[in-house]
Amino acid sequence: MLKLGVPSKGRLMEKTFDWFGARGVTLRKSGSEREYAGAVDGIDGIELVLLSAGEIPRELAAGNIHLGVTGSDLVREKLANWDARVATLAPMGFGGADLIIAVPQAWVDVSTLDDLDAAAAAFRRTHGFRMRIATKYHRLVREFLRDQGVADYQLIDSQGATEGTVKNETAEAIADITSTGETLRANGLKILDDGLIHASQATLFRGRRNDWTNEQRVELTALLRVLDI
Amino acid sequence: MPTSPETLTEARRLRDLFAAKGGRVIKADVLQPAGTLLDLYGEDIRARSYLTADPLRGEMVLRPDFTVPVVQMHMESRADPARYTYSGKVFRKQEEDETRANEYVQVGYEVFDGQNPAAADAEVFAAIADGLSGLPVRAATGDIGVLMAAVRGLNTTDARKAALLRHIWRPARFRALLKRFGSGAVAPSRVALLAADDPFASVTSDIGLRSRAEVEARIAALRADAVAPPIAKDEIGLIDAILNLRETATNVLSALRDIAVDMPAIGDAVTRMDARLAALDARGVDVAALEFEGSYGRTSLEYYDGFVFGFYAVDRPELPPVATGGRYDALTAQLGQGRAVPAVGGVIRPDLALEIRTC
Repeated sequence: MLKLGVPSKGRLMEKTFDWFGARGVTLRKSGSEREYAGAVDGIDGIELVLLSAGEIPRELAAGNIHLGVTGSDLVREKLANWDARVATLAPMGFGGADLIIAVPQAWVDVSTLDDLDAAAAAFRRTHGFRMRIATKYHRLVREFLRDQGVADYQLIDSQGATEGTVKNETAEAIADITSTGETLRANGLKILDDGLIHASQATLFRGRRNDWTNEQRVELTALLRVLDI
Repeated sequence: MPTSPETLTEARRLRDLFAAKGGRVIKADVLQPAGTLLDLYGEDIRARSYLTADPLRGEMVLRPDFTVPVVQMHMESRADPARYTYSGKVFRKQEEDETRANEYVQVGYEVFDGQNPAAADAEVFAAIADGLSGLPVRAATGDIGVLMAAVRGLNTTDARKAALLRHIWRPARFRALLKRFGSGAVAPSRVALLAADDPFASVTSDIGLRSRAEVEARIAALRADAVAPPIAKDEIGLIDAILNLRETATNVLSALRDIAVDMPAIGDAVTRMDARLAALDARGVDVAALEFEGSYGRTSLEYYDGFVFGFYAVDRPELPPVATGGRYDALTAQLGQGRAVPAVGGVIRPDLALEIRTC
């Protein structure tokens, strides 16, 4: 039996059900609307597990589920060395969002990471502390800024309403997910020209643990054939 | 393996060896306040160390090395000169390679002595080499001080020199800056900004701690940079020549003397290197066979600012260095609140020393 983890609510769940349905595999919630139990029709050997999208990377890496649908951003953020621990089976073409770096529109002198780095140096000299970037994507942002050679910043944890942190003066810049940029503009922020950290979308992953049984490997092959991937 | 009884025995042997050379045995807390390290190294330290929250003391870190606590201890004691040795576990997150230890012992020897820096450099290098004697290791050396002197000697604005010095330890950004300062080519967004009659015409909101005056100050700096002539090709060629040096120390010294003819600013750094090689020679190090790399030490944590070295297992290129060290004068200035003490030190990993001894 292969356990397939799918987001337990909202548009991400509906779109995932639609994606599998269009390929001949019916996923549905069983029982009442509030119950997190699921059923799979159209193929044998697959068990549906409904859980939070944010927990799917961890459960995949731990081997508690074998397949999982979640954002490619969440896998990269939550798993160190992610591509050694899970494998991408199929990008699913929905749930698209960009992880970007944004700064106040009033920073007319800052359009690129090069500018951000220079502004951070001056900011630290003036204010006595490192420029604060609010985010919940610590690993992705830190690795990106390290690779780009940006210095003199610090990450501030922000689990929600991140766009408001600059106005509240708890951060100078942000790194967050955006799909249209509307919320950013409404909060007086702009995206850096080269500030795209990761273009995320919903993706079907498999765990890379090597303790799968032969039966489970056969089931995966059968599923991939039905899904045509 | 990293903390086995055999490793602890070897650690004790090394610490006794360093104590016999004059090092006072010191200890440091395993749990250190994180603020100093975070301010020094920024976010990189979060990726590399175990941080935890103490309800009363704030953010704490399992010590990632001994350098910072040893410097702090020295700055408080105000002893000068001073020699220290220590042995203890350090903790490093390994996010990329699970096979690397995240908890291992380091035995160190640190010298705070401004009388004769060249002699102190040689003393530390020789002490570490003595600790590893008989092992199949090769030494690599470098000198961040030569590169810093070369940057300071460039015929360009102080702002550009400061920008380059800030990124000595980030080779990719350093290269990008050098290229930009050499060509004068800037992003289209900057061209548009500097051409605008009123750069703030489209600004409708003014939020955040970074003030309008700070933005204006940077625009003024960009205007000044735009009219500054590009750094000459010849000078960039000299920086490249220094970075590309990869030869025996004696050959590098003669190459640097040639470069110093065109770039007199590195003269003092070259003289220091000459004195260091003489001091190493006096301690029995074969400098004619010692490897020197112009860019060695640029990707480590950014506190080494002079002589740098590492010892590597000859037949085990996959192992981390068995020992590393270098000069960190600037770190003592930063931690000493204005009071700087020339300092140089090195650490050995006894677990790795044992591993290559037995194979």
